[in-house]
Amino acid sequence: MTARVTVEEVERVAELAQLELAPEEKPGMVRDLNAILDYVAELNELDTTGVTPLSQVTEIEGAGGAGSLRADALRPSLDRGDVMGQAPETDGMFFKVPKVIER
Amino acid sequence: MKTAETFVEKPKTLAELRAELESGVTTAADRAAFYYDRIAAVNPHLNVYLSLSKERAMEQAARVDALAAKGDPLPALAGVPVGIKDVLTMRGVAATAGSKILQGYRPPYDCTAVARLEAAGAVLLGKLNCDEFAMGSSNENSAYGPVRNPVDIERVPGGSSGGSAAAVAANMAVATLGTDTGGSIRQPASFCGVVGVLPTWGRVSRYGLIAFASSLDRIGPFAGNVRDAATLLGVIAGHDAMDATSSPQPAPDYAAESDKGAEGLRIGVPAEYFAEGLDADVRAQIEKGIDALKAAGCTIKPISLPHTKYAIPTYYLVATAEASANLARFDGVRYGYRSKTAETLSAMYRNSRDEGFGAEVKRRILLGTYALSAGYYDAYYGKAQQVRRLLAEEFLRAFAEVDAIVTPTSPVPPFKLGEKTGDPLSMYLADIYTVTASLAGICGVSVPCGTTPAGLPVGMQVLASHLGESTAFRVARAVEAAGL
Repeated sequence: MTARVTVEEVERVAELAQLELAPEEKPGMVRDLNAILDYVAELNELDTTGVTPLSQVTEIEGAGGAGSLRADALRPSLDRGDVMGQAPETDGMFFKVPKVIER
Repeated sequence: MKTAETFVEKPKTLAELRAELESGVTTAADRAAFYYDRIAAVNPHLNVYLSLSKERAMEQAARVDALAAKGDPLPALAGVPVGIKDVLTMRGVAATAGSKILQGYRPPYDCTAVARLEAAGAVLLGKLNCDEFAMGSSNENSAYGPVRNPVDIERVPGGSSGGSAAAVAANMAVATLGTDTGGSIRQPASFCGVVGVLPTWGRVSRYGLIAFASSLDRIGPFAGNVRDAATLLGVIAGHDAMDATSSPQPAPDYAAESDKGAEGLRIGVPAEYFAEGLDADVRAQIEKGIDALKAAGCTIKPISLPHTKYAIPTYYLVATAEASANLARFDGVRYGYRSKTAETLSAMYRNSRDEGFGAEVKRRILLGTYALSAGYYDAYYGKAQQVRRLLAEEFLRAFAEVDAIVTPTSPVPPFKLGEKTGDPLSMYLADIYTVTASLAGICGVSVPCGTTPAGLPVGMQVLASHLGESTAFRVARAVEAAGL
C-alpha cells in the first residue's frame, strides 16, 4: 500500500468527490496526500490476517449497544415550509437547480 | 512567565449559581445580561462566539426567574449560562460548522443535547467558534478566523472545540457543549485549563450534530470543575428516539457518583504515552498528578498498550473515509451556500463545494475518497478497520486489570498560532494521545493538572471503559482536589 499519488490521481479523486480544485491548489494536495499516505503505510507492519474489521464500536460486547429500532409508524416531521425556506432556490415545494435535461 | 495579555477568569460553580438564584441575590436575567456584557468586552480579543441567541436566552431567563419568584423548585441548570459549539443545531439560530458552505443556514430544529440543557433550565447564550466541520486541532481551520487561547492570546486554544474550551476558561459561559471525534473536546480542555468530557460513544444523542465521522463523533460538556461537568453530562445523556445509535442504558447521576472518592481504584499508566515526543514539562506535571492519585489511595499499575503507535494512521483513514461520505450532502441544493457561477447541475455542485469548503476539509475529503475508492479500499479503509479492532481489544484487556487509565491529554502545551499550519501531518500528530479512545469508543475526561513553569495549562486524560464515566469522574475529582 505504498502509493505515490500523481496529479492525475488527485484530479480523478476530486472528480469522484465532486470537488473542483483550482490549478494552484493541486500541487499542495499532491504533496500532502503523499506525506499522509506514506505515514499511514506504517499499518503494513501489522499482520491483520483473520482480524474482523470493526466498523462500529457497538459491535463490542458491553459497549452500550445501540437502541432497538423504533416502530415503523407515521410521526410528525419537520414543517415543509421551515425546511424549504433554507434552500438557496425553491418554489416552496421543490428544490430548484440548474437545468439537467436539454430539449 | 508569560507576558501576553490574559483573559482567564474562573466561572462560579453550579452550586454557587443556584444559591444566588434561591436567595435572590441575583436573577437569571441579570446574570445573562452580565454574560452578554462580558462577551461584548472579551470576544473582540478571543473570537470565541460566532453568533448570539440573545432573544431566546432572555426568554429562558425570564421563565427561570418566574419559577424562582414563585419559590418553585429549580431544575438542575436553572439560569446557568451556556454556550454551544457551532456544529450543533439551535432552531432558528445560524449554524455554520465553522464553514462558508453553510452560510445563511438557520436550522429548523434543536439538537437533542441542546434541548435537554434548556429543558433543565440552562440559558443558551450563543454559538461557539470551531474548526471547519470540527476538522482541526488548533481552531485555525475556522472560516471565521481562529479562536485565541485566553491564557495567552498568541497561542491556540486547541481544537476543534476551541471556542467551547476558551469560553469556559474566559468565563464567557459557565459551561459549554463541544464535540469530540479524535480529541476535539479533550485537547482544547487541556490547552485552556478547563474540564472536558468525552462520553462513551452512544451515551449522548447526536441528533442535531452536523456529522463529521459518525462512528467516532460524540457530544460532551466543558465546565470549570469536574463535578459540574458531571452534572451536565447527567442532563444530556440517555436514549433518544431521534438517534438510533444512542445507548438504551439508563444514565446514572454522574455528579453524585463523582462524590464517591477514588480510594481503592486501580489506575493504569501506559508506557507508550510517556515515550519520545512527550514534552518534559508536561511529563513532570502528569507525574505530579499520578502522585496525587497515589496519595488519594489509588493503586498505580504500569501497563502497556503496544498498538498505540498505529492509532493516528488508523484514525485518519477511518475519519476521513466517513467524512468524505458525510460531507457529500453539502451540494448547494438544500441549504447553505450555492455558487452563482455555474450553468449546469454538475458544475453547481463542484463550484459550490470548491468555493464553500476550506483547504483542510478538501484535503480530508480527498484522502477519504481515495481510501474508499476501487482498488484501494481493502488496503486502506479495510486495513484501518482491522487495526481499529486490535486497538479496542487492547483497551478491553487493560480494563480487565485496571479501573482507569491516565495519560497526558496532549504531548505538548498549547502551541503558537501558525506554528503547525504549514504541515498537516504535524498537526495530526497533536492528537496522538486522544485518538485511541475515540477509535475504541471508551470514555474519558481531561482534567487540569497544573501548568508548566511558563504558565501554560497541562491536562491529564483519565480514560475508563465503555459506560465507565462515573469512574473517570471519580479519578478526575481526585486530581482536581490535589490543586496542582
